[in-house]
Amino acid sequence: MSEKKFMIQNFEQVEASNLLPRVREMFEGGYRLGQACATKQADGNIFVLYSFDKDHVLYNLKVNVPSNLELQSITDDYWPAFIYENEMHDLFGITFKHLALDYQGKFFKVSTPTPWNPQN
Amino acid sequence: MGKRTIIPFGPQHPVLPEPVHLDLVMEDEKVVDVIPSIGYIHRGLEKLVEKKEYTEMVYVIERICGICSFGHGWGASAVIEGALGIEAPARAQYLRTIWHELSRVHSHLLWLGLLADGFGFDSLFMHCWRIREHVLDLFEKTTGGRVIFSVCKVGGVRKDIDAMTLKEIVDTLNSLKPEIEEVAEVFRKDASCRNRMVGVGTLSYDDAVALGAVGPVARGSGVVQDMRLTGAGVYDELGFEPIIETAGDCQARTEVRIREVFQSIELIEKAVAMIPDGPIEVPAKGNVENEFIMRMEQPRGEAFYYAKGAGSKFLERMRVRTPTNQNIPALVHMLKGCDLADVPILVLTIDPCISCTER
Amino acid sequence: MANIKRSPWLLHYDGSSCNGCDIEVLACLTPMYDVERFGIINTGNPKHADIFLVTGSVNAQNESVVRQIYEQMPEPKVVVAIGICANNGGIFRECYNIKGGVDTVIPVDVYVPGCAARPEAIIDGVVKGLGVLAEKRAAMDVKEAIPTNTAKEEA
Repeated sequence: MSEKKFMIQNFEQVEASNLLPRVREMFEGGYRLGQACATKQADGNIFVLYSFDKDHVLYNLKVNVPSNLELQSITDDYWPAFIYENEMHDLFGITFKHLALDYQGKFFKVSTPTPWNPQN
Repeated sequence: MGKRTIIPFGPQHPVLPEPVHLDLVMEDEKVVDVIPSIGYIHRGLEKLVEKKEYTEMVYVIERICGICSFGHGWGASAVIEGALGIEAPARAQYLRTIWHELSRVHSHLLWLGLLADGFGFDSLFMHCWRIREHVLDLFEKTTGGRVIFSVCKVGGVRKDIDAMTLKEIVDTLNSLKPEIEEVAEVFRKDASCRNRMVGVGTLSYDDAVALGAVGPVARGSGVVQDMRLTGAGVYDELGFEPIIETAGDCQARTEVRIREVFQSIELIEKAVAMIPDGPIEVPAKGNVENEFIMRMEQPRGEAFYYAKGAGSKFLERMRVRTPTNQNIPALVHMLKGCDLADVPILVLTIDPCISCTER
Repeated sequence: MANIKRSPWLLHYDGSSCNGCDIEVLACLTPMYDVERFGIINTGNPKHADIFLVTGSVNAQNESVVRQIYEQMPEPKVVVAIGICANNGGIFRECYNIKGGVDTVIPVDVYVPGCAARPEAIIDGVVKGLGVLAEKRAAMDVKEAIPTNTAKEEA
């Protein structure tokens, strides 16, 4: 079982300031963006998980979101990330700076604004 | 430069069973820009993890989508199994693979029908759906449900299939083969189909990789990417090889799906021949402490499941990223420069599943 | 024109359903169940429709869409809520973005239960809806102002 590719779970903790250079490295290494999602932890802090795929093996970057809820957008390297970043903006209230295609909170129309936000 | 007009497409549109909205920026007959907007079906079901235990979450995740519901049930069960550190027994893995491939057959037939409906070929639509009903009958016989099965659970499956019924599945599928062949020939050779698909909406290999396309959209552009190669289920034992087409147009994406129908039937046949005896479940007990990521190949492409436990019966996070979500950038790219009349066909060829996308 | 007798046409809108009920609605129209042999046709235009099939529950974003489609349909009209989500929210009832069943926005005449609703149940619901439609038409014929939407039946 251990030789199966889906059992390989790579997680790497990255500082928010070091996110863009690290993403650039992934981009240059030929990785494809699998997804990005945010998770609210029990202590109220949010981290964002970026998953990259190469040859059917995933590599994940974990970034703790600073308390001002601002992150750099990775749409410079990975344009399709606009979907995930807009989603995180609408559901978690995380602001992404220099977002390539910004829906300004109109991507998901939700009855309660930013339902996953720690303040709610 | 002509005058720009914005034509709204959807949310209620005859070719779409589900609501999605596109703002098409037009110059005469050509689409020059597209702004997709979604959110009509957003339910927020991922947040139900706070109210439902992990064993109950499988039901919720399964109801993300009624077409790939088995795949979602499997994905949710598998990711929680991974986080718990347990493994479903071999017979359960085979049964899951059989059901998953059956749902691929039904999903692709459904899609072929919708595509035919999209270019107004109604009798072809009816034939695809007529064949599909036989597959649904097999589901009903083995699981009790036609579209929502709830047969997968954390640790295995709920129902076993006896040898007689397994044989019946293979016999039924084999008897359907000539009929599917007949329908496939129409998609491949009929002028009214080819005129709408050949050379329309071409997505190059480089674009498919850069835009992160998944599933038949990527494979239609020559990208070797299929999550059945990651070792989930028993695809390694069955000697699975992904199906690749290189043209990258609507015809290629259709061809991938047609060939996958026959491939799935073959895989089911092999699995039925190889299925071992044994238990179909292991007990799933304890609290989820870890995090785990699982990817499944749904009929529409790669689906991503992420579960994170916090040391209780309730998960801290259950994230599902579905194939359509990943294919929207590719769709936006394909739509730019196409004719207005081709928009419905192009939207259909990514096999959009909006319920999945918005959860 | 309301008193002319004709085959009923359907309009289908997916509220926020999981697709299960939607494909079962479509399955009703295809050869196995084939309601088209009774002249029932699935139309894409609200102005042509007599029966409005809604699957899935209502949320903040599609609320106005559902109401608008309903208002565009000519009188007499019948609303059939298909599946447990359209009836009261079902498994997604507790989700933050779900308002509840379709009857929180527009009056519903027939409720079809099930998750997913089976094609037989959907056809049964539509046939019940035909009865309601006939009643509403009769009410219009006797020149009673606007028909009320009080007749509720369980499918």
